[in-house]
Amino acid sequence: MASGHRLCAGCPESIIARQVLMGTEKDIVVTCSTGCFEVSTTIFPYTSWNVPYVHTAFGNGAATCAGVETAYQALKRKGKINGEMRFVNFAGDGGTYDIGLQALSGAMERGHKMAFVCLNNEAYMNTGIQRSSATGMGASTTTSWAGKVSPGKKEFPKDMTQIMAAHGIPYVAQAGPHAWKDLVSKASKAFECDGPSFINAIAPCPRGWRFPSDQTIAISRLAAETCIWPLYEVVNGTDYSLSAESQRIADGKAEKKPITEWIDSQGRFKHLKDPKWASVVESIQAETDRKWKSLLRLCGL
Amino acid sequence: MRGHSDIAINGDSAVALAWKQIDPDVCAAYPITPQTIIVEKFAEYVADGEVTTEFVCVESEHSALTLCITSASAGARTFTATASQGLAYMWEMLPIASSMRVPIIMAVANRAVSGPININNDHGDVMSARDCGWITLFAENVQQAYDMSIVAPRIAEHHGVQLPCLVNLDGFILTHATERMSPIDDSVVRKFVGEHKPLYPLLDVKHPVSHNLMDGPLFYFPHKYQMVEAMDRALEVSRDIFAEFAKISGREYKLVEEYRCEDADAIAIVLGSSFGTMKEAVDQLRNEGHKVGVAMPRLYRPWPIADLAKVMKDKKAVIVMDRHLSVGSYGPMFPEVVAAAIENDKVPKMYNYIYGLGGADTMVSDFKKVFTEPHSGKAKRVNYLGVVR
Repeated sequence: MASGHRLCAGCPESIIARQVLMGTEKDIVVTCSTGCFEVSTTIFPYTSWNVPYVHTAFGNGAATCAGVETAYQALKRKGKINGEMRFVNFAGDGGTYDIGLQALSGAMERGHKMAFVCLNNEAYMNTGIQRSSATGMGASTTTSWAGKVSPGKKEFPKDMTQIMAAHGIPYVAQAGPHAWKDLVSKASKAFECDGPSFINAIAPCPRGWRFPSDQTIAISRLAAETCIWPLYEVVNGTDYSLSAESQRIADGKAEKKPITEWIDSQGRFKHLKDPKWASVVESIQAETDRKWKSLLRLCGL
Repeated sequence: MRGHSDIAINGDSAVALAWKQIDPDVCAAYPITPQTIIVEKFAEYVADGEVTTEFVCVESEHSALTLCITSASAGARTFTATASQGLAYMWEMLPIASSMRVPIIMAVANRAVSGPININNDHGDVMSARDCGWITLFAENVQQAYDMSIVAPRIAEHHGVQLPCLVNLDGFILTHATERMSPIDDSVVRKFVGEHKPLYPLLDVKHPVSHNLMDGPLFYFPHKYQMVEAMDRALEVSRDIFAEFAKISGREYKLVEEYRCEDADAIAIVLGSSFGTMKEAVDQLRNEGHKVGVAMPRLYRPWPIADLAKVMKDKKAVIVMDRHLSVGSYGPMFPEVVAAAIENDKVPKMYNYIYGLGGADTMVSDFKKVFTEPHSGKAKRVNYLGVVR
């Protein structure tokens, strides 16, 4: 991926993509679902891609990638091409959790040897910060405004990482760009496992989450430190293990920070400081604790 | 060229047989009536090792076409099939396929589009795809469904064309009806279709390319215009490939097929299997002293304007048969035939008949009416054949 692209200042998507691509030395084809990352890297007549790249539409990133992988399998078997290749699709949370879910589930079940990476900025940022099923409770978005009678988004996000783990595919991981070594190592496992893989990477968005553009990496770290975004991997659908900050918290070597620090760090939650929404903050903390305990159990801790 | 090697086969199986002989690199499909026999039969060939195709059973038609698009852009010869709701579900991907210039072949077992839900034949599915930039071939019978499946990749993959292609066969009437057919030898088909030579394939990692970027207003229109030129070339390419195909099959196809049109006063224009039924109506009316004929555009896209104008020249009346409804206007083919007619100095009287929607049975006697009603002044501009109000 070339340095020339049109992502916003402070956007973590190119950081995550570069870390993912560091996970393999082999030839790679990159595919993209429609979204910020696709639009910002491929405005004709320019392209940021020095590797083969293809995009088709929004809800079909997994099928887009699977098509290239299928052609590779067919042409390799017929001896028309040789050499090892890898395949990766980048999608936003809309292209993963919502409109992209069916194609993703299908491709994972069929066993295409491809990695699917979710650049999870927790809303439809490309169209202007609309809520998705990845948006956290209490976040104000342009379709789930915080208002006089509404505390912002009323629902907890879907647990997409565990939905993917439930497919029983060889490798699933949750990651963040601040833990770069962890993310590169997870990408490497995703590329080298024998079958489909899924990485859900949190992608703090300065515009949508309302924080200064030099805080992206700090916010990503805070997500892990508060356990609202634990870092872990799941091998073959059942073997869970923690990594980086999450492992240190579980080991008692680091503090599990309160969710108020997460809420205070971003403008999308600023209305929650009003005492009238205290119960919303409490339920976010309670749900974060419940999910964390459940994850510890899955990890055998 | 009817001979001892003729077989009895239904339309879907005939398409699958053509695919087997071509042995595409990739096939991705999703079941839908009345297309399903094609993929079932092809899956049998896969299971028995009679083809080397990578066969992918996707979870939806949207993914079927998506997978075909990128498989083709990766450099693989890629086929699929669908019908009705399946084509509707693919719709988002239809113009993406053509603008990416991938020569995918898709058989469409023409079926009415819901609602109400109806599994029988009309052309509602393919007509809703007409502005999507796909070459669109029609078949009159099982033999032609097979033959069009063999010529389609030659037209689509031609380097001057590079557009995806729909091969239409009427649901049930052709897909499920067993007819007599002359297959061509495997080796002859394989030689005729030849090796696939993709342009700018993704898997050529030494020459990395980015496919399907975002176009601003400066580039979108010029890129679309390139498709116009490619589609225009597809007409002459089709004519050449039909001539080449005649040499291996003895069956000669034209851009517009004519039956007893030459000295006719009135002709009908029709697509698909009704062409055969209308030939019978023409024969009966000829015996009764009426000078009538019938023609079928082999291609709906590109629209063979010059050839259609030629067949309509000096006719007193032209009756356009539409097996689809554009509620609030004429049938979809009618304005297109009128537009072709104005290429001539004199325009005939023109009538539109909507017929056979959702599998409504249309008999020879009904088709005779579409000639006699205009003749006796009983026809309106748009007529709904046999509809019970």
